[in-house]
Amino acid sequence: MKRFGPITAVDGIDLEVPRGICLGLLGPNGAGKSTTMRMLTGQARANAGTIKVLGHELPAQAKEARAEMGVVPQLDNLDVDVTVEDNLAVFARLYRVQDVHAAVDRGLAMARLEGRRRDPVDELSGGMRRRLLLARGLTHDPPLLLLDEPTVGLDPQIRTELWSLIDSLRTKGTTILMSTHYIEEAERLADEVALMAEGKIISRGKPSELVAQHAGRETAEVYAPPERLAEVRAAAEAQGLRVRPAGPAIAIVGSEKATDGAIPPEAIRRAATLEDVFVLLTGEEAE
Amino acid sequence: MRRLEPAAIGGVMSREVANFRTFWKATTFSSVLEPAVYLLAFGLGLGATIVDQVDGLDYVEYVGTGMVATAVIFSSAFPAMFGTFVKERFQRTYDAILAAPVDVEELVTAEMLWIALRSGFYGCFPLIVSMLFGLDPAAGMLVVPLYAFITALIFAGFGIAVAASVAKIDQFNYVTTLFITPLFLVAGTFFPIDQLPEAVQVASQLNPLHHLVELVRHACFGFESTDLLRVAVLIAFAITMWRVAVNRMEKRLID
Repeated sequence: MKRFGPITAVDGIDLEVPRGICLGLLGPNGAGKSTTMRMLTGQARANAGTIKVLGHELPAQAKEARAEMGVVPQLDNLDVDVTVEDNLAVFARLYRVQDVHAAVDRGLAMARLEGRRRDPVDELSGGMRRRLLLARGLTHDPPLLLLDEPTVGLDPQIRTELWSLIDSLRTKGTTILMSTHYIEEAERLADEVALMAEGKIISRGKPSELVAQHAGRETAEVYAPPERLAEVRAAAEAQGLRVRPAGPAIAIVGSEKATDGAIPPEAIRRAATLEDVFVLLTGEEAE
Repeated sequence: MRRLEPAAIGGVMSREVANFRTFWKATTFSSVLEPAVYLLAFGLGLGATIVDQVDGLDYVEYVGTGMVATAVIFSSAFPAMFGTFVKERFQRTYDAILAAPVDVEELVTAEMLWIALRSGFYGCFPLIVSMLFGLDPAAGMLVVPLYAFITALIFAGFGIAVAASVAKIDQFNYVTTLFITPLFLVAGTFFPIDQLPEAVQVASQLNPLHHLVELVRHACFGFESTDLLRVAVLIAFAITMWRVAVNRMEKRLID
């Protein structure tokens, strides 16, 4: 548990991450994801409860735990005037890597920045900087990687590029704990998803299990003027179906259970998704 | 892992070295030019027209040796205050470092050591420039970098503690006006403090810069028996400010 004055940022979560999986901590902004991440690195101290990372008890053994984990922060905190290779070399030293040169070369290869090694970071594009940030967190080849909103604010092309990089780490067996508020990111990368809202984990499972458990098989989206949407909503809710806003439309979740008349003919039927679960459980619009 | 690991301290300092390589020319330029300007203005200007000798020294020698203290406070307190605040608040550098196996105590120690090493080096520039204006070299001057280093540790710790205590960067103005300027002016750099009221003379014993000024002059013109006591006072100040800085930074950086 973590409190900031009267605000409870993390409210008694019970989170165990099995080795070798990618666990997505999915929740809206302010759900407590970043605070949870900071608690795992010892940069925030729990007011109550116990935290163990890779067998190390926190905060007493936070340094030992950090030596075995890589952290990729949400905000770019690279040294912008310093060269790409020096950014990597500094962190190789901080992580006590024996062969700093080899670690720098590995990082450059991973970030695909071999040709830019002597360039200052402020001459790199946004995508290159993100790749470098990821490579910096992996200079010591850690068994655990914490990714805090790894693609926030990036354009779709760079995001896809980073997803491939993260996916290759998962395939290699690195345990990944990734906080995100992007549904698609969690769906694509996470073996398991823990849904977080108001400091609590409100549901956890494989994405397909969460969808089946909370949203059923099918969702029907209806696009119509507000008056018509109100009528459709009322008819669906009268049959006990759950309805959520979906931008200019409404989405009737679990529409396969509807009987005649509840789903209008103009509705677009599609398979239920994690987005349906996210909106239903958190009450927030998805990104 | 034990406390104060050399590898952690070295890692943090290597980051500072990597950054320093990008701006060392500007720092060196100002470190040479600034004492030269002061010596021209005070030493030759004031010295040639109003003051001839102070405490038996030519005014240029008096100011030149005293200016080591000016160089030390400016090259330690200000980088510590502004650098720490910017790295903590704007660049989020400390978030990155503390996500690695480095704790706040190691971080602060490394920052203080780096600032003090730099300041110990640049703090000697006024002496070198003063030699161009007539100061005779002396073997005792070889201990001046050590004096400058210890004093810079004090002001590096002070600057870091201040940066960890203020909410906005503008609040540094209060610190500069209330602490740094008075310390700088009553250190005995430009005029002897024994001309000042007795209360100020007593208070100046709590001013690390005053001890540095005295130590540097003694190193240049003849050591005195009180020098070891002055060094001990500076070391005590440095240890105190180190602990204060670590404490303030822990409160600021760990939620």
